[in-house]
Amino acid sequence: MAVKKRKKDLHFFERIYLVEIIKGLLLTLKHLFKPKFTLQYPEEKIEQAPSYRGRPVLVMDNGKERCVACGLCSRVCPALAIQVQASETEDEKERYPVLFEINMLRCIFCGFCEEVCPEEAIVMSKDYELVFTRYDDAIFGKDKLLVPVEKLKDRLEFVRTQMRK
Amino acid sequence: MPKVTIDGIQYEFNPGETIIQVAERNGIHIPHYCWHPKLSVSGNCRMCLVEVEKMPKLVIACSTLAMEGMVVHTKSERAIKGREHVMEFLLINHPLDCPICDEAGECMLQEYAYRHGTGYSRFIEEKNQKPKRVKLGPYVMFDAERCISCSRCIRFSKEIAKADQLTFVQRGDRVTIETFPGKQFDNPYSLNVVDICPVGALTNIDFRFKARVWEMSATKSICPGCARGCNIDIWVRNNEILRLTPRLNESVNDYWMCDHGRINCFKFVNAKDRVDGPHLRKDGELIKVKWDEAVNYTISELKKFNPNEIAVIASPFATLEDNFVLLKFAKQVLRTKNIFYNPHIKPGDQDDILIREDKTPNSTGLKLLGIQTSENGLSIETLSEFIKTKVIKCLIVVEDDPIASNSKLKDVLQNLDTVVVFATNQNKTTEYTKILYPAATYAEKNGVFVNFQGIAQRLRPAISTIEMERTLDGMALSRLDKFGTEFDKWARPVKYDAMSTWKILSQIARGFGFKFDYMTSEDVFIEIGNNYRAFSGLNYESLGDKGYKLNLTKVIEEKILV
Ligand code: SF4
Ligand code: SF4
Ligand code: SF4
Ligand code: SF4
Repeated sequence: MAVKKRKKDLHFFERIYLVEIIKGLLLTLKHLFKPKFTLQYPEEKIEQAPSYRGRPVLVMDNGKERCVACGLCSRVCPALAIQVQASETEDEKERYPVLFEINMLRCIFCGFCEEVCPEEAIVMSKDYELVFTRYDDAIFGKDKLLVPVEKLKDRLEFVRTQMRK
Repeated sequence: MPKVTIDGIQYEFNPGETIIQVAERNGIHIPHYCWHPKLSVSGNCRMCLVEVEKMPKLVIACSTLAMEGMVVHTKSERAIKGREHVMEFLLINHPLDCPICDEAGECMLQEYAYRHGTGYSRFIEEKNQKPKRVKLGPYVMFDAERCISCSRCIRFSKEIAKADQLTFVQRGDRVTIETFPGKQFDNPYSLNVVDICPVGALTNIDFRFKARVWEMSATKSICPGCARGCNIDIWVRNNEILRLTPRLNESVNDYWMCDHGRINCFKFVNAKDRVDGPHLRKDGELIKVKWDEAVNYTISELKKFNPNEIAVIASPFATLEDNFVLLKFAKQVLRTKNIFYNPHIKPGDQDDILIREDKTPNSTGLKLLGIQTSENGLSIETLSEFIKTKVIKCLIVVEDDPIASNSKLKDVLQNLDTVVVFATNQNKTTEYTKILYPAATYAEKNGVFVNFQGIAQRLRPAISTIEMERTLDGMALSRLDKFGTEFDKWARPVKYDAMSTWKILSQIARGFGFKFDYMTSEDVFIEIGNNYRAFSGLNYESLGDKGYKLNLTKVIEEKILV
């Protein structure tokens, strides 16, 4: 089989290598004197934009979850990450989740759960730090999922404006 | 026969039939809420509006009689517009409750809002508010806001349950349902209104909020609560039964089932007192052992007795297959004729609707097999005498609790040398047994019950035991069953180490050197067909979903061939 010739071959200066490597070193040198933007993670962290989709969390309003355990997030979740078990409460909303678990190993951070929720009870947070050493540790219960509404203001605002809920 | 034209096609009808009946019979669906095939016509939901040529206005298909030469349009522009308007009216005061409403997913209002609604709302005024958690009776909860005033529940109570307990009060948008003063909605069929309520206004207190309908699988089965054998669906999530609902069978139970069946006939399956694995009594304690050990021990014990020292109690709660193999085991392996069953009759607890005083699902099946309530003078009443006088030294009990039926037995049991019990749950008799086998419940096995009318009906496994696997055994699967892994908490089912009684008995019989080589319960059923004329030529397929009416006249006094 004949060797196909490349459409655009390297020209002479590129082939002798020396010129190119000097060019490259000059670029490095230039950036040495420019302002740095590397963050010293984990000591320093990026403040994510409201549109960022970190791990989904449950909105806690007045010390209680907003969730009514309708199971729609669980139904829509393409990765089957969410388990909800409903029960009856004396509150006006009648129904609440006795058990709400998200398997963070299944979650693909698509945000469908947030989009489908009729109660604005589940939103994507800015938290991306998810490390586990055991399968069961990756299943987050209500204790880890509930976040006070005050901390989720900008995401809720984003959801309302962007998704026109 | 006269003919009516519906959507351009001519259909024959019997005089007296309404348009909706002719349409339904021919597979044309006319949307409706208040009309129900088994209830009187009330014509108040207006959803079934159709256009009839030469009639000035749209008419309701449920109360307009079909007439010779009538031309009906169900999908004309006027009919569609009419239905859209009706939907709009129905939705005006309907709350946006679907997220907390148990009906969601099987709700006719959701369904029709999607199919026949306009897709938007023009209503900007405030919706009216009504009580949301009214307990009408022990089992039924009422949400007045969701009610669309179709009156199905009222008509059901009056016409089917024969208990006039519900009524409309108030008018216009204040109309609501109440029980008559001083009355409770507590008739024995009350929960059927939950099924026929087209919306989530009536909910089952026992099932409330347990699961969303789309999370469960449904398996066609038979209620074991009485000799009627109502056709049911068993609803399962994560190997746990969450509810039973009736399944249409016009020759047995129509659309209905009784509250006793619905509430009480599934909880024992997932109860804490299930017998899990075979047990032997060692030093007074029942100890769980391996199957082999239990079988070998049983064989060595049973070999100690003369045939007529053994008594066998068959079970009208067990399937035909279980009892046939038991009978064969008694006659061929043990060579005893002492086999009888313990009847469970509650005199007077019977009505003209469904409930039968025989509280077992398969006593007709036993009679067809030739197993009677007494044999050689042995019956549940006389058994204690036989034991006291040491005529009977060994007792085998299958899926029953004779001590609960006859407390005299308790005092004489120490006279017995061996008791072998096959039980689904611990009971009074299992407390005394020497050998205890875990029997699969009706929801864990294939099999046949014969109801009091002589209709042979099929059970199918809805939940799996340790030896079963949902996919391989062809059981109904929910989405969660399909995709769950061992790492998902929602797919870690509780499974019991139990087996159908016929399987355990076959294993013991093989240990005795007999050829009980059935692979499936259908093999057993086919062998029953080879031995009994009533079942000859039948297999599971011929029973279908709605059962097979046996010809009982042929079998009376038939000699048993086993
Ligand atoms: S973000 Fe997507 S994958 Fe993750 S829980 Fe929500 S719906 Fe499921
Ligand atoms: S969709 Fe929202 S309200 Fe429904 S279960 Fe999920 S979080 Fe709760
Ligand atoms: S009755 Fe139907 S439409 Fe009404 S809230 Fe319940 S599910 Fe939704
Ligand atoms: S409660 Fe249900 S069945 Fe009864 S009138 Fe209302 S909508 Fe109809």
